[in-house]
Amino acid sequence: MKKSVAVESGKPVRPVKAEWQLRLYVAGQTAKSAAALRNLQRLCETHLAGRYEIEVIDLLVNPRLAAGDQILAVPTLVRRLPPPIKRIIGNLADTDRVLVGLDIKSGELPAA
Amino acid sequence: MTAKRDPGPASIAKAATGIEGLDEITGGGLPRGRPTLIVGGPGCGKTMLAAEFIVQGAVRHGEPGVFMMFEENAEELAANVRSLGFDLDKLVRQKKVALDYVRIERSEIEETGEYDLDGLFIRLAHAIETVNARRVVLDTVEALFSGLSDHAVLRAELRRLFRWLKDRGMTAVITGERGANSLSRYGLEEYVADCVIMLDHRVNEQISTRRLRVVKYRGSAHGTNEYPFLIGTNGLSVLPITSLRLDHPAPAERVATGIPGLDRMLAGKGIYRDSSMLVSGSPGTGKSSVGASVANAACARGERVMLFAYEESAAQLARNMRSIGIDLERWVKMGRLHIHASRPTLQGLEQHLVFMYQAVRDFEPRVVVVDPISNLSLDRDDSGLKPTLMRLIDFLKQSHVTAVFTSLIGDTGAALAESQIGVSSLMDTWLLLSNLEANGERTRALQVIKSRGMPHSNQVREFVFTDQGIELIDVFAAEGKVLTGRLRLGAQGVPVADRGALAAVAAPAKRKARR
Repeated sequence: MKKSVAVESGKPVRPVKAEWQLRLYVAGQTAKSAAALRNLQRLCETHLAGRYEIEVIDLLVNPRLAAGDQILAVPTLVRRLPPPIKRIIGNLADTDRVLVGLDIKSGELPAA
Repeated sequence: MTAKRDPGPASIAKAATGIEGLDEITGGGLPRGRPTLIVGGPGCGKTMLAAEFIVQGAVRHGEPGVFMMFEENAEELAANVRSLGFDLDKLVRQKKVALDYVRIERSEIEETGEYDLDGLFIRLAHAIETVNARRVVLDTVEALFSGLSDHAVLRAELRRLFRWLKDRGMTAVITGERGANSLSRYGLEEYVADCVIMLDHRVNEQISTRRLRVVKYRGSAHGTNEYPFLIGTNGLSVLPITSLRLDHPAPAERVATGIPGLDRMLAGKGIYRDSSMLVSGSPGTGKSSVGASVANAACARGERVMLFAYEESAAQLARNMRSIGIDLERWVKMGRLHIHASRPTLQGLEQHLVFMYQAVRDFEPRVVVVDPISNLSLDRDDSGLKPTLMRLIDFLKQSHVTAVFTSLIGDTGAALAESQIGVSSLMDTWLLLSNLEANGERTRALQVIKSRGMPHSNQVREFVFTDQGIELIDVFAAEGKVLTGRLRLGAQGVPVADRGALAAVAAPAKRKARR
């Protein structure tokens, strides 16, 4: 039951809106962006299986969206739904911080 | 001043900022195709300078620009720029300027591993393409430091960004907050090494003055002083004056001072056009009247005159001068005379100068009267007065303006002349007015201390107000003594009761002088 879709053009493929709308902004096919997408997909499958949708936006293809969506660093993950909008930058390697950033997990991390 | 004059044939290409004075200091503008760093504390005019650089580029130099802001949003910037008389929105519609507001809110950003600032590069590249930009402003890129925690990445990316701008041939202005130990708080000067300009906003004796200094300009000569600047209604103006050379022309034409007796003392022809005259004297010796006479005579010749009054309001001055037969109001109504009356403490010394500079540029007078210069500085020992005056005099000479400065001095013999030494050397003609007190009567006297390039009388003249202006009466010597006032009249056989009668005798003297 995989719902993640990678869309190059920035237009979502399916009209049905999932509960979690995530957008990943990248600039070309770099190692960092590939890592970010991989990390994101793994994390979503673990925690949000069946409830999410990922849209990948390549800013090299759609440079206008960089200013429109206030993107500065890449990769940037934006949680568009549920509100409020959240931004997470980096290759999403630090899973705990991503979970906190997305409000999937509360701010207090378990003691190591 | 040790600035090298000749930039040489290998001088680097420059992009004019269009900012009054700044292009003169830098010998043509900022380094073309390279970044320039502008540092300064909060509120010292960095954004304004950067904005004018973009607007002037788009409007006057055919170079579209991108203004990327990190602190203000586009509306705020447009409002600020509008206060300088530029319509930013219109330039954006005409695709001459592109604005991009980069909003960074640390609390909204979670950092989770490696990243770079390609998003910023893409935005910038997109904006540059949109308007085909030649100029870029980043105001102020240091905001990134508070927005992103990984400063190592940030520094590497900034280095890459400045390199990237250079590779694209962008003439860029990067602003930065002034730092405590380095020029900018985050040491941006390490990356932007071609040109660094520092802005400063100081308050001295409760009067604030903005100053600008070119700290560094690789590959180019530049003025090294601190220059005052003003953010006025027409944008920024920097006062570069203190000309490096004395190369203003020296016309041989002479102009009358409006005081026939004084003209007679100056070889019968008055002062040189475009020269400067200092009128110093203790209180009540008639300095303002001399200034007004010169103004009146110039207006009568059909010339435009600008009078800066720092002691009296325009109406007060006009009323007082009417009492000695000088009708200034008439010239004001005709538009020949502009009187700018203000309290000297309204602005700093240099800001006065900038203001005068602008006013003179706008009105283009042939004669300027400053009454008095001594009031421009609260502090008697103000070391700023002389360079400021030098700048003013240079500027006026280059603008072909004949200038009269009055100066208030104390009433004590030798100290009196000494107190003017600072400025008198800048002047071509120096008149000294004094009070003579003898035999229970005070009379006024005038002498020409110097007048460059012309023979002039060395005698002291008695200085009398009449209802037809100022009269100078030749020395009256009797029994080996110079007599003035009633003593003179008595010796001349005129019975007098009061001082008003002095004029009655002066008047025929005038008629005779006019033939």
